[in-house]
Amino acid sequence: MSEQHSSPNQAASAAFEAEIQMPSIEHPLREAARMFARNKAAVGGLILLIGILLLTLVVPFFYTVDPFDLVWAPLSPPGTENVPFGTDYLGRDILAGIVHGGRATLAVGGAAAILAVIIGLSVGSLAGYYGGWVDEVLMRITEFFQVLPTLLFAMVIVALFKPSVATVAFAIGVVSWTAVARLARSEFLRIRSLDYVKSARSIGSSNRRIIWLVILPNAMPPLMVQATLAVGGAILFEAGLSFLGLADPNVMSWGFMIGSSRDYLMDAWWTVTIPGIFIFLTVLAVSLIGDGLNDATNPKLRER
Amino acid sequence: MPERLLEIEDLRVEFKTRDGIAKVIDNLNISLQTGETLGIVGESGCGKSMTALSIMGLVPIPPGRIAGGRILLDGEDLLQASEPRMREVRGNEISMIFQEPMTSLNPVYSIGDQIAETARLHEGLSRADAMARALEMLRAVGIPAAERRINEYPHQMSGGMRQRVMIAMALACKPRVLIADEPTTALDVTVQAQIFDLLNDLKEKTGTAIIMITHDMGAIAEMAQRVVVMYAGHIIEQADVGQILTDPRHPYTQGLIRCVPHLTQTPSVERPPLLEIPGVVPALSQLGSGCSFAPRCQYADAKCRAEMPPSTAIDSGHDVACWLTEREAAA
Amino acid sequence: MSANDDILLDVANLKVYFQLPRKNFLAKASQVHAVDDVSFQVKRGTTLGIVGESGSGKTTTAMAVMRLTPVTEGAMRLGDTDLVALEGEALRQARGRMQIIFQDPYSSLNPRVRAGAIVREPMDLMNIGAPGERDARVAELFGKVGLRPEQQALFPHQFSGGQRQRVGVARALATQPELVVCDEPVSALDVAIQAQILNLLRALQQEFGLTYLFISHDLGVVQYMCDEIAVMYLGQIVEHADRIPLFTEPLHPYTWALLSAVPSADPVAREQADRIRLEGDPPSPIDLPPGCRFASRCPFAQALCVQETPPLRRIRAGHAVACHLVSDDGVPPQRQS
Repeated sequence: MSEQHSSPNQAASAAFEAEIQMPSIEHPLREAARMFARNKAAVGGLILLIGILLLTLVVPFFYTVDPFDLVWAPLSPPGTENVPFGTDYLGRDILAGIVHGGRATLAVGGAAAILAVIIGLSVGSLAGYYGGWVDEVLMRITEFFQVLPTLLFAMVIVALFKPSVATVAFAIGVVSWTAVARLARSEFLRIRSLDYVKSARSIGSSNRRIIWLVILPNAMPPLMVQATLAVGGAILFEAGLSFLGLADPNVMSWGFMIGSSRDYLMDAWWTVTIPGIFIFLTVLAVSLIGDGLNDATNPKLRER
Repeated sequence: MPERLLEIEDLRVEFKTRDGIAKVIDNLNISLQTGETLGIVGESGCGKSMTALSIMGLVPIPPGRIAGGRILLDGEDLLQASEPRMREVRGNEISMIFQEPMTSLNPVYSIGDQIAETARLHEGLSRADAMARALEMLRAVGIPAAERRINEYPHQMSGGMRQRVMIAMALACKPRVLIADEPTTALDVTVQAQIFDLLNDLKEKTGTAIIMITHDMGAIAEMAQRVVVMYAGHIIEQADVGQILTDPRHPYTQGLIRCVPHLTQTPSVERPPLLEIPGVVPALSQLGSGCSFAPRCQYADAKCRAEMPPSTAIDSGHDVACWLTEREAAA
Repeated sequence: MSANDDILLDVANLKVYFQLPRKNFLAKASQVHAVDDVSFQVKRGTTLGIVGESGSGKTTTAMAVMRLTPVTEGAMRLGDTDLVALEGEALRQARGRMQIIFQDPYSSLNPRVRAGAIVREPMDLMNIGAPGERDARVAELFGKVGLRPEQQALFPHQFSGGQRQRVGVARALATQPELVVCDEPVSALDVAIQAQILNLLRALQQEFGLTYLFISHDLGVVQYMCDEIAVMYLGQIVEHADRIPLFTEPLHPYTWALLSAVPSADPVAREQADRIRLEGDPPSPIDLPPGCRFASRCPFAQALCVQETPPLRRIRAGHAVACHLVSDDGVPPQRQS
């Protein structure tokens, strides 16, 4: 059923006709940047993320209201004088919470996701590449972490140490790497049996080179998606821990805001919806960027 | 006088692609008689598999579109038939076996169930009758210990056995036309020989006509009585198998036969370079007005590049679409 | 076979066994005897073909020679180098002397690397030639395999199947290897493209004096390409002969069956063909019984055949066969009819 003419043939025969000269090859990073810039959704995501970073890193210097101060009447709706996003059940300024709580949220989400990807990728790639007893052992360990109730396990970790941004990030990272590991393993298993990997070995590539420079780039598309999901998942996880009152009570975060106002969802929607929207926007931005990065580094999507 | 079982008249199939409309099949005319094996040969992308899908009514629409023509089975135009009617035709009157026996069987049902399914669906047999039919079919396709094998699952069988099961399934309702799309490409030669013998045997016993799609001239020689050579959606030559093999007229047919090193019992010490057909099959959306083979043809001249040659009868039952035959006639 | 330096590759009693995972804790572990006691030599500048059906062990043999699969037992020498003993850096360096062309041009090239870089990479890794001269060498190789220099900038998916196989050939030649293993190099290509690659391989062999180990299931291709041919069945060589005698006077019943199973486009040959139709499929190479492995499908098999494994015997110069029923002066088993 190859009647629909495959584009490889076309591209090649088009190259045949046009007697082009040796084109100068762009630096891969510049080329990837150029491809990324062409992707409207990805650029949108990048702008959105920059906006969120500005909001959480720069704006706090100008909007200096303490998010823990009781500044206005409790449960004032958005649009009320002086508190554009309204207040929560104690009369704390929600705008201040958004502005000052973003830092902790992003730090926990980012650090936890990076930790999860590092652990998951290391475990999965080694298991998939070497197979045999390495695979056996690593996969048993992975399964052990998988069957643990993640929230409970994270709660134990946080409870054992002092709740802080670092311990929360660590706890989330340690419980959420298994999905990355399983995916990395299956991709490595698939790709390591392809002929171009055999070819890499037959020209004397080391195992390290094959893992990092041959297999990993080809395993990237699903892993990139998984990594962006991990960022979103970590932010939501942090919200969950805060919701249960396990995060550092002295640090404002978006998850903490949702958690503390959970009882007022029906009466004062804005107390949970507004931080929820910001979490949503952050996850959206990260996944758009992840998608764009993936497309930008995939030569098959680069035609024309 | 053998009856004309299946007739394809002026069939045209188009596909919408990023680069415009691709004429996947253009002006195809084929007729098939009862008890005959027709071979369709060509490289991948020449339209041979799409021809089979058109007959089965399985062209994916969209992006595909039947742009014209008729496919007559006993005078009934299948292109006009309703979908329920086509479901009746498929598997019952026309059935098909595919290249890949590994993926064409459902791994979660026993092979007996899968064969019986066809018979129950089309002939409304009871479960017991259908299983009896399945057993009979497994025996007919030469599966040893059929009573035991009927309860086995596809993964328990070898490639050759699975292809036999596929054939048993295809023949369960005694179809009048069997389409075999590269049925042995995935199999070893000794197993291929068994499958060819089996198909020839069954054809003799049941009178089922076979359309055999392949790229292997040897397989054509072994199986077919008539041969259609396709290139870029067109029939470029059509003749009896003997005429094609001994006196191929179209340069593409000549190339297809001579570019493969054929096994011989009398190899010579000298090994001259093989004949090459340069280049690749053109993209269908990029075809010009001329002969589609002209860019790869060593004899092509201005006329070839400008105008599509019509199909001309040069001998009884031997049609060629090439300006060369006209040039030769004039000379 | 007089002068020893004539022989580039010498494989002796090669065995490659794979352990199958146990079905449960109590079950005995099964072994796949993928290659079982195979010996052959390849003379410098010639082509040895290994033919066989799936499961015959021909590809595993090639992978063992390339040291891409673990060798269970046996000796392999490339020139003066003991291939089996090599490890680490020494193995890495030796890899440059032998290269492989793969069957599937779609999975043998890394989709994320440009064609030019694919061909250059072996030179960088093996440190062949001055770095400044490597680009020129890549361009030269592109020319040799019939690609144009500007196509170096393309990615694999932008080539047709035949062109991709040309890139694979150029990559294999980049290290100036002595031995090139061709693992079914044309069986994934369209018929009309196969001739292009076969002609190219022959031309390159003549130009560079290459030695090929040519793996194929296609007897027509093997007959055209190879100077000597070894026929494998279930992990063993059953017949090994020079090109012409293998096809004019095959001795092993399996070779006959294989030859007669190939559909011929020549009507005369088909009429004369001495047909042997085999029943069933080759048995699986797991936990094999003693005796000749072909005995279960052989129309001539006798009691001796299922008791004793026939050794590969030299019948005459350039012709060896592993069959009890072939007499010492080369009379094949006779048909009872």
